[in-house]
Amino acid sequence: MLSTLLPEFKIERDDSRCIRCQVCVRQCGFDTHKYDEDDDAVYAAEEKCVGCQRCAVMCPTNALTIKPHDYGYRPNANWSKDHFRELSRQAESGGVVLTGSGNDKPYRIYWDHIVLNASQVTNPSIDPLREPMELKTYLGRKPDKIEYDPETKQIKTEMPPQVMIEVPVIFSALSYGAISYNAWKSLLQAAKQAGTLCNTGEGGWPMELREYSNRVIAQCASGRFGVDVEYLNSASIVEIKIGQGAKPGIGGHLPGEKVSSDVSLTRMIPEGTDALSPAPQHDIYSIEDLSMLIYALKEATNYEKPISVKIAAVHNAAAIASGMVRAGADIIALDGIRGGTGAAPKIIRDNVGIPIELALASVDKRLRDEGIRNQASLLVAGGFRNSGDVIKAIALGADAVYIGTAALVAMGCTICQKCYTGICNWGICTQDPYLSKRLNPEIATRRLVNMVKGWSLEIKEMLGGMGINAIESLRGNRHHLRGVGLEQWELDVLGIKGAGM
Amino acid sequence: MKNLSQISNPYNEDKVISACGLFGMMSLEGRKCSGKDIIRAIANMRVRGNGLGGGFAAYGIYPDHADYYAMHLMFSNKSGKEQTESFLKDNFNIVKDEEIPHQYNPNVFDPPIVWRYFVEPKNVPEQYADDYVVEKVMFINTKIDDSFVFSSGKDMGVFKGVGHPEYIGEYFILEDYNAYIWTAHSRFPTNTQAWWGGAHPFSILDWTVVHNGEVSSYGTNRNFLEMRGYFCTMHTDTEVMAYAVDLLIRKHKLPIDMVAKIMAAPLWTEIEQMPEDERQLDIMLRQIYSGLLINGPFTIVVAHQGEMIGLGDRVRLRPLVAGIKDDMLYLSSEEAPMKLICPKLEYTWIPKGGEPIIGRLATKEVIYKNEPVIVGVEENAIDSVA
Repeated sequence: MLSTLLPEFKIERDDSRCIRCQVCVRQCGFDTHKYDEDDDAVYAAEEKCVGCQRCAVMCPTNALTIKPHDYGYRPNANWSKDHFRELSRQAESGGVVLTGSGNDKPYRIYWDHIVLNASQVTNPSIDPLREPMELKTYLGRKPDKIEYDPETKQIKTEMPPQVMIEVPVIFSALSYGAISYNAWKSLLQAAKQAGTLCNTGEGGWPMELREYSNRVIAQCASGRFGVDVEYLNSASIVEIKIGQGAKPGIGGHLPGEKVSSDVSLTRMIPEGTDALSPAPQHDIYSIEDLSMLIYALKEATNYEKPISVKIAAVHNAAAIASGMVRAGADIIALDGIRGGTGAAPKIIRDNVGIPIELALASVDKRLRDEGIRNQASLLVAGGFRNSGDVIKAIALGADAVYIGTAALVAMGCTICQKCYTGICNWGICTQDPYLSKRLNPEIATRRLVNMVKGWSLEIKEMLGGMGINAIESLRGNRHHLRGVGLEQWELDVLGIKGAGM
Repeated sequence: MKNLSQISNPYNEDKVISACGLFGMMSLEGRKCSGKDIIRAIANMRVRGNGLGGGFAAYGIYPDHADYYAMHLMFSNKSGKEQTESFLKDNFNIVKDEEIPHQYNPNVFDPPIVWRYFVEPKNVPEQYADDYVVEKVMFINTKIDDSFVFSSGKDMGVFKGVGHPEYIGEYFILEDYNAYIWTAHSRFPTNTQAWWGGAHPFSILDWTVVHNGEVSSYGTNRNFLEMRGYFCTMHTDTEVMAYAVDLLIRKHKLPIDMVAKIMAAPLWTEIEQMPEDERQLDIMLRQIYSGLLINGPFTIVVAHQGEMIGLGDRVRLRPLVAGIKDDMLYLSSEEAPMKLICPKLEYTWIPKGGEPIIGRLATKEVIYKNEPVIVGVEENAIDSVA
């Protein structure tokens, strides 16, 4: 069948610079570049190019320029290039259009419409280079009060398990299988070095990496891949994954090609078989079922680990979250519409769920209104790009932020959205040994740690500017936020005033 | 919507910003003195206020009605008074009520009707009486228009208004009251409109707080308190402080040094170096009460029957000086006013940030953790230090 699709990217090769070294040929896992010996020239099959820029970065003479193709179709506000492409692909294949990474549609990014406060005159700003500035955060259920007997000096309150993070930024669930071993290991190592946590995702946890146990959130998802008692007990937090921001309401599918022998061992499934995560957890059809799984996991871990429940941010997230806390969840994780994925139907990724900012604001408020906010920590995920987004989320009420895509970008990802293909020229989202060895875990670890360090320095600067020297004094402190360019209903949901008010 | 919020916070700000001078004095023997000295002391710090608020708290002033809650109310008109009185009659036995004595003073601004009621709750078991009173005070302050309860404890009273504190003291004729604890406040609000209810001290039951500073953690603190049934109607830092103290001490029954550790928490790096049992406790306090860490500059003088406490923020961004002479403990924003009213002060010192200074009637002692680094000693008084 003749494809009606034009290439997405245009490849410009400056022949005066090209030295025929063929780095581009070797670097492209999609076989875009071909060297022709007879012509002594490199040609490009542009229709194969995904725009990941690997060849352009690696080209020693900067001979390559990869840019989005400027289509000659008649401009049409309704039939944008994306709609046109997807429909044509579907007409050719008859399937569901897949994609990777987070939603790239121009839904309002509220972080870009929220501004922060700073102290002037009535309150001194604090210089974090000279004064103490505390980012340490404890995740887990907090009792309503401390019970203390002043006579005997005995604390009667039993403290539920708490997990400390040095900085309120956690690596989100990226499963081994979806990403390469080297990428996964880098996240673990970086979490340990930066004093934060790394979520296993739903792909299990290789035995030889269990030494990082005190820095790991072990996920228990609908496929239950790699889950056994030892797995649960190796982690500091266990997370029940109900939903994911990129694909609320549907399950996951790791194609058999990605299930190598190591992945099969870790996931506890036969090599080469598809790893299918059902849409719901089949033992959770209701809130009381969730409660039973929460307590089953608490029993299995001797009540020594906080149990987190992760949901996609959907319309009634506030009511659901309240039920989850009452069902026994110690941590609520919310993943917004811009949350990433290794593979998801594009129609779901682009259309289902709500922005994390709005979900966070309404969940935090609901839990406070019901007097149970202290009973669970609140983690939020879904498109966080920098420390400014993080600090705004904390002021809206989050305890900490999950980052997935940002961590991948720190390791080298260029968000080409082809994670679902199994080919990743940056060695991150692939199980192909030829590609995955490109990612040096030591260097990737250093890049991740650098990012977390940079963010924490920036968060300290912003906190100090607001006259605050401990992150907990910003949590839910929406008075330090103002909205710019937002409608009244949006300000109301966010619980903030417009700038100048 | 309660109409007084339009007066207390006309611009609907997140909170009303103000800075201040404060003073406290207590006889550890329970010896009473008139309000004359404290008026002189607070007037000596005139530059710390701007005439938009002054106030006093006095303990031990109503010995004849010591078993009854002394409710001080202000009304902006007669209809507010009528409504509130009918509410009080429904909920309390009023054993006495009278206009709070005052005399005309041209320097006080737009005084409201001020009235006091000595009351006992109707048909309430004794152990719940305090909770009952708090609930009713909250009701009046949030629901009944033109009325505001500014004092509700037993054998104590708050007197406050708009004007420099010395004029407020004159207005309420404080020379005629005898108390063993006096605290005072001079206010420097940065918003222009001032309201009598917005002056310090803030009070609930017999707890009073005078406060200097601006709380950067206000929103977080307020969330924490609102989740536990306190409604912050005044939009001031000090209100948050008063409710926090009430929650921690009265409801959660924590000793004052623990309250200090919550509101001015030790740094994590300090906690790490503590002995094991203290470390565990301090970590728990920070975990559970992170919402009551008061961040930003503050000094407070908190008082209730039998105790007066001074506390500054953990990095000491607002001044607090303590002084001692015989049975008298003084706490002040500045040293000079102490010396004005007590020239033969034994010594003065500057407490560490986050360290409470507690004067306690029951044991007749002043409690502090670190040995005071004495900054001022009167030569002819040095013998009495030892």
